[in-house]
Amino acid sequence: MKTKSVVDLKAGESGIISGFLDDTLSLKLLEMGCLPGQSIKFNFAAPFGDPICVSVAGYNLSLRLDEAVTISIQ
Amino acid sequence: MGDKAVRRIALIGNPNSGKSSLFNHLTGLNQKIGNFPGVTVDKKKGYCMLDASTKAEIIDLPGTYSIYPNSTDEKIVFDILGDKNSALYPDLVVVVVDASNFKRNLLLFTQIHDLNIPTVLALNMMDLVKKTGLNIDHKKLEEQLCIPVVPIEARKGKGLDALKKALKGQYKTERKPIFNAHSHASEAIESVKKIFSLTEDYRAYQLLQQHRISQGLQENEKNLLSDIAEKHAFKKDELRRTETLERYASINDFIQGVVKESSAILPKRWTQKLDKLFTHKILGYLIFMSILFLIFQSIFAWAEVPMDLIDLGFSTFSAWLGHVLPDGVLTDLLTEGIVPGLGGIIIFIPQIAILFAFISILEESGYMSRVVFLMDKIMRKFGLNGRSVVPLISSVACAIPAIMATRTIDNWKERLITIFVAPFISCSARLPIYTIIIALIIPDEPVLGILNLQGFALMGMYLLGFSAAFISAAVMKVILKTKERSFLVMELPTYKMPRWGNVGITMYEKSKTFVLEAGKIILAIAIILWVLASYGPGDRMKNAHEVMANQFPGLDAVELESKVEAYRLENSYAGIFGKAIEPVITPLGYDWKIGIALITSFAAREVFVGTMATIYSIGGVDDESTIKQRMGAEINPDTGLPRYDFATGFSLLVFYAFAMQCMSTLAIVYRETKGWKWPLLQLGYMSMVAYLSALLVYQLFS
Repeated sequence: MKTKSVVDLKAGESGIISGFLDDTLSLKLLEMGCLPGQSIKFNFAAPFGDPICVSVAGYNLSLRLDEAVTISIQ
Repeated sequence: MGDKAVRRIALIGNPNSGKSSLFNHLTGLNQKIGNFPGVTVDKKKGYCMLDASTKAEIIDLPGTYSIYPNSTDEKIVFDILGDKNSALYPDLVVVVVDASNFKRNLLLFTQIHDLNIPTVLALNMMDLVKKTGLNIDHKKLEEQLCIPVVPIEARKGKGLDALKKALKGQYKTERKPIFNAHSHASEAIESVKKIFSLTEDYRAYQLLQQHRISQGLQENEKNLLSDIAEKHAFKKDELRRTETLERYASINDFIQGVVKESSAILPKRWTQKLDKLFTHKILGYLIFMSILFLIFQSIFAWAEVPMDLIDLGFSTFSAWLGHVLPDGVLTDLLTEGIVPGLGGIIIFIPQIAILFAFISILEESGYMSRVVFLMDKIMRKFGLNGRSVVPLISSVACAIPAIMATRTIDNWKERLITIFVAPFISCSARLPIYTIIIALIIPDEPVLGILNLQGFALMGMYLLGFSAAFISAAVMKVILKTKERSFLVMELPTYKMPRWGNVGITMYEKSKTFVLEAGKIILAIAIILWVLASYGPGDRMKNAHEVMANQFPGLDAVELESKVEAYRLENSYAGIFGKAIEPVITPLGYDWKIGIALITSFAAREVFVGTMATIYSIGGVDDESTIKQRMGAEINPDTGLPRYDFATGFSLLVFYAFAMQCMSTLAIVYRETKGWKWPLLQLGYMSMVAYLSALLVYQLFS
């Protein structure tokens, strides 16, 4: 089965981060507190559906869809 | 002079950790904004009295999540902290930590910790922590970390006495590293430590990680480090990932028993509600547009009275000086050159202060990052990045800090486009030109009751600038090619009430910088211009009276005097220069007097109004009329109608909206793009657009 990513969440839903598909981006995300095992919640999307706002590690983070899709969740 | 060197203290922390508030509280108005040596990142430096006799120098480093830079301005952090020989290497570091987002903020702290610099941990926003039901035991944390931990509330200025006390202490630095770098790359670290005579594993490890982008290293040192990394198979990214994970694991360990965490800290309810509104499909953009509109209306409405007063004050002062001082060259220089020149600088202060007040409120409140969020998708269509919004909006104040602010954009193509188009946005130096010409050609009529037609015209000028910027960006997007990736990943901070103290300091600092920096150029040009306008080749200046008296016999004394003055200006050096370019600018609707202003304002467009003031006050300081009145009274000898009619005025507005006319901007673009290619292209392109548009406008409306 295809692994789910953050973009598969609906507004208000949460998932648990299981890994990253993009090496460069993952270094940045890890340093910003997006760790595997952390809960991540999809808050809302910008007017044209991109970027999106998620809650992780106690704060709000904005990501483009092509960035969010690299965060795998369980 | 004290015999003890002033202690240097660096402030470091995550973005939005309250570092700037703390800096403002510690240093007050005692700040200096300069450049870090070799780079153009804003360096904020200030002095603080730790007690009655101990003075400390405080440096504010750029906000960052980690010692690994994500953007150009964050590189400075390791350049300074990683190099003990750096001119700015601090005696002590204060890590400012947002306690309401404790774990993530501690990552940076653990990295600084391992560099073995004396460190004080400032726990900020303890008030928010209490509200979310958390409890942080700072005493226990202090025991765990063996470094001073001071709870503060930077926004309210609480806990500063305890912090200052901690900043005076001497701390030993032989600390056990939190991240054991040695266990992952022992051989590589040992050889770097030996060659660079370092004691800390983590410094050696960081050199291996960051040597390619470090400023402090020589080329041969970089090569040496690359060789070592290669020889010992130092896997940079993999190690960095391991490091981050291990650091978070250690953080979890040492905050056990220190923090009692409630399940998950949800975004503050206010923030949630406001986000619904500010990022709404329709309302979000409407609110953004309204805020921009409010800013322009305010600049026009609120600045008008103080500006008129300043203008009147200077012309009265000038006339008064003319009366009390004995006649002579020096008096003329003072009343016709220096005083009007100074007035031309001071008059900008109200507008600049208002503009920076708004920009600072938008940034302080957290709204600016919502604008980035809202605009990212649209900006990408133009080859820009959501982050380009901040430089583009700051360009409304001045393109120079705006171009420096593009350093937050890590994609080179997006950054270059932002730099290239930013000077199209109407900066505050264009504002006086707009103000004065709009006042001459647009009637002061109310629209819809409370709004003002001149305010609308002003907004139109800004929209014109924005359109030019976006159209040019879209063109460049097609021309430039890149394979580099572009990222957004950005924190959306919680909304906060702006700290009025911080807003006030920004207004003061920016106005001061403007007066001192731009003022020097404006004043110098005012003096040069006065000389050029008062002297001319040959005897024509001296014989002016005779020539005119012969040419117009039978005029009364007053009329003859004004003929003489006009003749003198025309035959002065400035007049000759103006006449020389007249053929080129006549199709735009300008005469040689405007030509003089075009030449002088080539260096800096803010000189335009000052030049006008000087040109129209030469020989005429006896009356107390203002620049605006004098320009309005100017008659075009060919038509007998006012010189500044709608067509000429509109053509000038459009010319100044598009023309580059700012040497400082060219210089900063040269520095940021590391070459002359882009600044020269920019100059050529903008001048062409300006000339052609002004030509088109004048030909259509005349």
